Amino acid sequence: MSTGPLATPVEESVLRLALMNRSFLFGLVITALIAAMALISFVWTPYDITNLIVANRMKPPSAEFLFGTDHFGRDILSMIMVGSRNSIAVAFVAVGIGMAIGIPLGCWAAARGGWVDETLMRFNDLVFAFPALLSAVMITAIFGPGAVNAIIAIGIFNIPVFARVARAGAMALWPREFILAARASGKGKTQITIEHILPNIVSMLLVQGTIQFALGILAEAGLSYLGLGAQPPMVSWGRMLFDAQTRMMVAPYLALFPGMAIVITVLGLNLLGDGLRDVLDPKLRRER
Amino acid sequence: MSLLEIEKLKLDIGGTPILKGIDLAIEKGQVMGLVGESGSGKSMTALAIMRLMPHAARASGRLTFDGIDILASTEEAMCRLRGDDIGMVFQEPMTALNPVKTIGEQVAEGIRWHTGANRADAEARARQILDRVGLPEAKFPLSRYPHELSGGQRQRVVIAIACALKPKLLIADEPTTALDVVLQKQILELLKDLVDEQKMGLLLISHDLAVVADMADRVTIMRHGEVMEDGETARTLSEQVHPYTRQLAQASMHVPDRPHTTAASSTAENLLEIRNVSRDYPGRRVSLFKKGEPFRAVNDVSFSLKPGQSVALVGRSGCGKSTLARMILALDHPTSGDIRFMGESLLGKDETALRPFRRNMQVVFQDPYGSFNPRHKVERLVSEPLHLLDETPTPAARREMVAAALHEVGLKPSDMEKYPHEFSGGQRQRISIARAIITRPKLIVADEPVSALDVSIRAQVLDLFADLNQRLGVAYLFITHDLTVARAITDEVMVMHDGIMVEEGGTADILDHPKSDAAKALVDAAPDLHRAIARRLQEQG
Amino acid sequence: MTAFLLKRLLIGLATLLVASMVVFGVMEVLPGDPALLMLGMNASPDALESLRQQMGLNDPVVIRYVHWIGGLAIGDFGRSYTYSSPVIELIGERAAVSLPLAIMSLVLSTVIAIPVGLYSASRRGRLSDTLAMGTAQVGVAIPNFWFALLLIYVFAVWLRLVPAGGFPGWGAGIWPGIKSLILPAVALALPQAAILARVTRSALLEVLGEDYIRTARAKGMPRSAVLWRHALRNAMIPVLTILGLQFAFLLAGTIIIENVFYLPGLGRLIFQAITQRDLIVVEGVVMLLVATVVVVNLLVDLAYALVDPRLRVRT
Repeated sequence: MSTGPLATPVEESVLRLALMNRSFLFGLVITALIAAMALISFVWTPYDITNLIVANRMKPPSAEFLFGTDHFGRDILSMIMVGSRNSIAVAFVAVGIGMAIGIPLGCWAAARGGWVDETLMRFNDLVFAFPALLSAVMITAIFGPGAVNAIIAIGIFNIPVFARVARAGAMALWPREFILAARASGKGKTQITIEHILPNIVSMLLVQGTIQFALGILAEAGLSYLGLGAQPPMVSWGRMLFDAQTRMMVAPYLALFPGMAIVITVLGLNLLGDGLRDVLDPKLRRER
Repeated sequence: MSLLEIEKLKLDIGGTPILKGIDLAIEKGQVMGLVGESGSGKSMTALAIMRLMPHAARASGRLTFDGIDILASTEEAMCRLRGDDIGMVFQEPMTALNPVKTIGEQVAEGIRWHTGANRADAEARARQILDRVGLPEAKFPLSRYPHELSGGQRQRVVIAIACALKPKLLIADEPTTALDVVLQKQILELLKDLVDEQKMGLLLISHDLAVVADMADRVTIMRHGEVMEDGETARTLSEQVHPYTRQLAQASMHVPDRPHTTAASSTAENLLEIRNVSRDYPGRRVSLFKKGEPFRAVNDVSFSLKPGQSVALVGRSGCGKSTLARMILALDHPTSGDIRFMGESLLGKDETALRPFRRNMQVVFQDPYGSFNPRHKVERLVSEPLHLLDETPTPAARREMVAAALHEVGLKPSDMEKYPHEFSGGQRQRISIARAIITRPKLIVADEPVSALDVSIRAQVLDLFADLNQRLGVAYLFITHDLTVARAITDEVMVMHDGIMVEEGGTADILDHPKSDAAKALVDAAPDLHRAIARRLQEQG
Repeated sequence: MTAFLLKRLLIGLATLLVASMVVFGVMEVLPGDPALLMLGMNASPDALESLRQQMGLNDPVVIRYVHWIGGLAIGDFGRSYTYSSPVIELIGERAAVSLPLAIMSLVLSTVIAIPVGLYSASRRGRLSDTLAMGTAQVGVAIPNFWFALLLIYVFAVWLRLVPAGGFPGWGAGIWPGIKSLILPAVALALPQAAILARVTRSALLEVLGEDYIRTARAKGMPRSAVLWRHALRNAMIPVLTILGLQFAFLLAGTIIIENVFYLPGLGRLIFQAITQRDLIVVEGVVMLLVATVVVVNLLVDLAYALVDPRLRVRT
């Protein structure tokens, strides 16, 4: 018999497992560092990036400018720090949109079944038929480029993702005996969803959340690279790569560091998600 | 020299000892019964013989098969033994076969692997052995896939795989636990015949003394990784020298004390009345434009239940008894017919209108692990039905009611602070019962409430059910395929078969003198320890 | 099986139909008058009006939709305002770049990922598994366009092995064409291969924990034989799902990669058409891409049915 997505609620031991899990630890440390970097950038950066000093333009990495400077003479390290805010904000809000709409939809479909479920599945088919980046390009093209529209474009694609995960998790729980017992106790579907279903799928949703966060950062970078995301003077990693491309011959470091920032951030989030899954998924912990 | 000799076998997994010095010997052609409750290490013993233990397992001691030192053998040598000289049958037939390969491929695979036979020859042999295990070519061609077979049929395929090369030793780990009693009997008979024909040794692992008494020449009784007693079956089980053997035997034949019984003829009003209830499920689509014939799970069933009465609804798996139970609990709707509880029809009522009825009708499920939300404490779990009361009790009153219910089922009030995983299976079933009685219902529907429990714990839980029936006057509807449960604790029995109620009457009447074929088959197939021992003793003279 | 596939086919067609409405509706609300765009700002109102009449822009929305969808059905995608040539011709030209690119990267990603996944699963927990999966973990995190920039720098700028961008056209011969697609294909494929390898490994490990694997082991089959004969086919089901999703992802990925390498493919076509408000081109290419995704999903469903007999319902 399948044990489904239920974990035993031994919070202390989950914490202990988490601290023993290498992926989780690495992921947590990286993610925390990136978050700290974004926060620090509000109060301090090595150089002021709004101040364009032509004399400093295109300086390769040195003790003075750790990651070098761009064609306006701005410090790359400072720009990466400031750019992290944009990446995090876009991905965070996009995941928020996906969760806020997708999870209730998925839970509703699982609880209600029938045509509601069928309609949701067909809606998912429809959204998935548009390759994500394509629809993002279309949306930003319609409403004009900009960070907010990038958020909406990425967020819309997150809705069916979370709806699908929530639905699958809830569907596996509904026939379980403890749900039947709750129904026999006269609890309605909404109440059961809130009391029994959600707490038991929250770990799956969390794991999916970190994955979508990472994908969101990649997608934002891609859109900004195409010129459809954040617009100058707003700094974003993707835009920095776009600017770097034409100067690749003379200054390859321009492309190196923003890309590394993306890779490290995404890697950290993915490790965190993997670690969370290992820690929270009882299937992998099943003793035998 | 014996076929299999195990001496001082020790095994631990990640430092936790599982086997603590097992001794066991099986002669050629002998049937050895290995009995024990969960956690006794009986399955691990079997896996150790096959050297298929989990990665982290470390074994020491002596384990020889046919003169070969198993623990010292290379993996290549073990591969030559497995499936050729030692075959194994597992507990769960539904998952033991690869879903994407035909049964022919799966049976022939081992034959080809070991004998190097070409495809045609291997398939011919596969056909032979499948025919022998009761899956004749005409009805079950080699091209069938596992999902096209029932559980019993799949277990026959697994047996065919294990016996295809006439092994010297067959290991059967709870081969019938997942099957109903009628299938159990068929599979056990098949195993017995195969063992006799092919002169195989058989290691039969079971938690059921009656099954082992019927099948085995010798028994070994295990507990907590140690052998308690071993010896010739009839003598060991009849003399019961070892206290644990006696405890097991008594528990498996236990009948709780129930001084007053409520006869069906009493004049009281009916508590529950089922009138001509049927339930159809839509059939699988035949094609895109044509729906399949609907499947009738419950067909025109009628019966009634008096207050305080204890009734068993018995039948083979898939007979519709669980569907009927769900409809009684208003978790599913009948296609036609009426269900009346406390004089009123339950049909067409919404959740609010159902509240007074739900309060008086609670449920206990089979799986003591699956019936609780693992994230809630016992207090919250047991008090869940309290929200059916018209006035929500204060937190203090609530705790008091939970404490009282826990006391009623033999648990401590302080247990309400714990999580369900901190309890054993039997204790969890007590918590289920506490939850079921907290609103003082008039009826409890219990779906196989003891079939997942070890025998000694099962006896205690049956006692608890009997006691609550006597003290609180709550009526029971027990859904079960196990006739010993019905005999132990019910006044009346109803037998279902293919959705139809085929027989009903007093428990003793039906179990001693069944009239319908379905009831006869159930009674005939039910393992009975007394009968098995008596037969063995008689055979020995 | 036919019932299952027929159902999927119907769902696919319905998806296409709804998708066409969405695309048409979205383009409908977009600002910009195609006639004005074609004639320029200085056009006389009369000329404008007659062109609008000619283009059917004054008809009701429903009529225009039916007209458009009817045209699509018979392969008439309309005429581009900016290129002043039939959209279908533009698509044909550009698909000759994008399709080989997508297929090359899909093949590359599969050929790399499946063996790596198999190898890792069979050596679970050993150093080689840890290394392979660590690499894959990093690979998943790499944005393909950045990876493309690195490839350009190393192989085109530094080593000068392949062109840094552009496409000579198939008319210049097969080899120069393929040569200019190698870097784009690698850039697209490697991050995808990392994902696929991880999925393959975890699907295999999941299957290896199943009861029927123990049955096969009890038959005397060694671990490696069980992996090949029993685990692989069952593990293909999640792998196929990911492959299907990846194809859609690759198609979209071409938009960005074609921009990096200045390849005249569909992605670049749609990107330029969007910036130039050449809506009829956008509509046509989007519908083509959506249809491709739907067809690929159908193929994945067909593959499911071939792999898993439980979907082949006997009737």
